[in-house]
Amino acid sequence: TFKMTTQKLQSEDSRLNDRYSVLLPTYNERDNLPIIVWLLVKCFTESGYDYEIVIIDDGSPDGTLEVAKQLEKIYGSDKILLRPRPKKLGLGTAYVHGMQHATGNFIIIMDADLSHHPKFIPEFIRKREMGNYDIVSGTRYTGNGGVHGWDLKRKLISRGANFITQVLLRPGASDLTGSFRLYRKDILQKLVEKCVSKGYVFQMEMIVRARQLGFTIGEVPITFVDRVYGESKLGGNEIVSFLKGLLTLFTTV
Amino acid sequence: DVLSWTSAFAGRCVGGIDRYVAVFSSCFIPGVIHCTMTKLTEWLVGLTLIGTVWAALTFNLLGLDLSKQYYEVIWPFPVYLLVCFGCYSLAVVGYRVATFNNCEAAAEELKDQIKEAKSDLARKGFKF
Repeated sequence: TFKMTTQKLQSEDSRLNDRYSVLLPTYNERDNLPIIVWLLVKCFTESGYDYEIVIIDDGSPDGTLEVAKQLEKIYGSDKILLRPRPKKLGLGTAYVHGMQHATGNFIIIMDADLSHHPKFIPEFIRKREMGNYDIVSGTRYTGNGGVHGWDLKRKLISRGANFITQVLLRPGASDLTGSFRLYRKDILQKLVEKCVSKGYVFQMEMIVRARQLGFTIGEVPITFVDRVYGESKLGGNEIVSFLKGLLTLFTTV
Repeated sequence: DVLSWTSAFAGRCVGGIDRYVAVFSSCFIPGVIHCTMTKLTEWLVGLTLIGTVWAALTFNLLGLDLSKQYYEVIWPFPVYLLVCFGCYSLAVVGYRVATFNNCEAAAEELKDQIKEAKSDLARKGFKF
């Protein structure tokens, strides 16, 4: 019982020192940004973890920055950090920029379009603590994970592409194109330095390089709500760029 | 753009073959530095090993003189392997598509939370 008490005290103690910085790169998310911030605040307040939200807006023409400023007024500038950029400069650099201003020792990356739900963040944190993982990744493909808004054709393409990726890269993670992840800050810094791809191939490369460098990856099943209203579409262009990215990784890593 | 990507890709393949040569030459030439293999190189190395064993058996390079029955199985082995892999792929992908979870409940929950968020933010002075 004494050992359990000290362990509990230690984990609570580390809780007191851990801060989770959520990086939200945004582009034209005027409608979704208030909702996602509200959900994040709700989840973190209910679970009791220390947090901050770093909003990296790439010069959105629809007024996302104005919306972000209102949220900063409501929730306080210690919780909502606005670090905008003048124009669309890419995801990798957005993470670097966000990390330069983040004061937390853990970084959470996610989409700001409501496809990722903050309610899974406490599960990510618990998973990380349980296995002492360097990275925790949300997966749509195993356990209770799943998707809303995908028709049969989309699911087939998704599973087919994932199968080819598993065979060619053997990455040790079930969902590589997902971008709902928890990283230790120093590890994310190291990975972003090494990765050269763009878009969601960048997310794939991060996981593959992490494995190459010997980092441990834990997984948590998540629900992915692709477009709450309406159906989501996948173009031929995206499939081609995915295959190109896959072949690039196959021959580089 | 396609041309530049293809030439970059060809360059990386050459790099993979380069390491492949390094892997095998390190068996014969002592002192060659062990390199980290790309996934392409790993595949090439694996295929070479399997291919060597198959060729040694099929063309009787080891002088084992196996009976005709064995040859009839060993000879088409690569084709068998491909067919098995093809069937396995179809089965696995088919199963995974069929068991791909639909999260209707998550979508409904999100819709409700959007309403809740909007009213709460409006109360806090947010202007939509």
